Amino acid sequence: MSLTDLFGSFLLLLAIPFFWGGSLGLLRFPDIYTRLHALTKADNLGLGLVVAGSILISKEWTVGVKLILIWLAVLTASTISCYLIANAARKRKINPWKIP
Amino acid sequence: MENSLNLAAVTFDGVLALVLLVLAWQLLRSPNLFKAIVLFISFGLMLSLAWVRLKAVDIALAEAAIGAGLTGALFLTALDRLQRNNQKAGDSLISQPGKVIAGISVLALTCILGWTVWTLPPFSNQMLALVSSNMPISGVENPVTAVLLNFRGYDTLLEIGVLLLAAVGVLAVTPSAVMVADSAPSPILILLLRLLLPFIILVSGYILWIGKYAPGGAFQAGAVLAAGGILLATAAVRFNLSASKALPLATGIGLLIFLLVALATMMLRGNYLQYPVAQAGTLILVIEAAATLSIAAVLVLLFVGLKSDADCPVPGEDSKNFIFEEENTIK
Repeated sequence: MSLTDLFGSFLLLLAIPFFWGGSLGLLRFPDIYTRLHALTKADNLGLGLVVAGSILISKEWTVGVKLILIWLAVLTASTISCYLIANAARKRKINPWKIP
Repeated sequence: MENSLNLAAVTFDGVLALVLLVLAWQLLRSPNLFKAIVLFISFGLMLSLAWVRLKAVDIALAEAAIGAGLTGALFLTALDRLQRNNQKAGDSLISQPGKVIAGISVLALTCILGWTVWTLPPFSNQMLALVSSNMPISGVENPVTAVLLNFRGYDTLLEIGVLLLAAVGVLAVTPSAVMVADSAPSPILILLLRLLLPFIILVSGYILWIGKYAPGGAFQAGAVLAAGGILLATAAVRFNLSASKALPLATGIGLLIFLLVALATMMLRGNYLQYPVAQAGTLILVIEAAATLSIAAVLVLLFVGLKSDADCPVPGEDSKNFIFEEENTIK
């Protein structure tokens, strides 16, 4: 196992707490806006780490370019769908949660 | 090292199978239809992961795009329509005897399928050998495409026909094929379209082309293109299906080209869909390109048809009465 493999695996493992946190936020946060926040922020960072780790392990630059494109596509899609969901919630007059 | 990798793979597959079963059970049990649809989409994504593990990447692509993505969108639209028609999502539309008949049919189908699987001949490499020995005359390099479009082309021809029938069925029960959005689409959605549509078309073309050499082909490419079409239809303020000439035309072109090729090969070579070896690759690509358009058009049509019915100008009445009224006005 080379050094890049080792570092790649480390990045993959590092992604776990982010996905864990995102999922935990989705389950435990009080309203739709905070849940969206948890999902989009934490999961996209987690995915970034997975992509970075996979690039280091894959060693082929074509695979790397594809992985980066996938990450960018997911970033765009999740940012915009997050906005659309939050906007739909706002239009339905769902009030953001406040500290009681 | 080898052993630990093997153990990890077995554990992963076991967990995946368990997750699939739990998701299926949960989605069937859920009284909340929205939750059931979300579970169905997750089920589709997990199932496509299972297909990847079974090394059936073609089916995995189709499952993710059609099974999880597009069917999910169709279900969500249907739910929206139910709610607009002031039906409680929990209310069943099926009568008690209807449920019994449906239950018996499903049970019978399960028994037949189970019996069929049970009586299947033990797996042999005979078919595999037959396919790989005939690969040079297929015109393509991907065995799945060779089987779908060449060796068993007749099956695929009928599948395209079934899709066309589905689209005709939807058109028949959708009298007012105009889709009107509640408000102007969000500028962010328009931005997404501007960013994504060119890529969607590019990716669709790529998947169609790569089908010759690797997993891909008309169904996956069509599903990707349809996703773009549905995004476009969602963002449109007004979408008039009856005024659209391109969509119905695209719906039929796949079957038309396929039939033309079938007839031409029958006349020239005496056999239905027996391509000349030298032109097989080109013919398959032409058929697949037309089929991609048709599959995309049918899927978009299903979505638009379902959506536009919700906006029909007679609120509160079910669509049956509405069709009746239309007929009366025509008379």
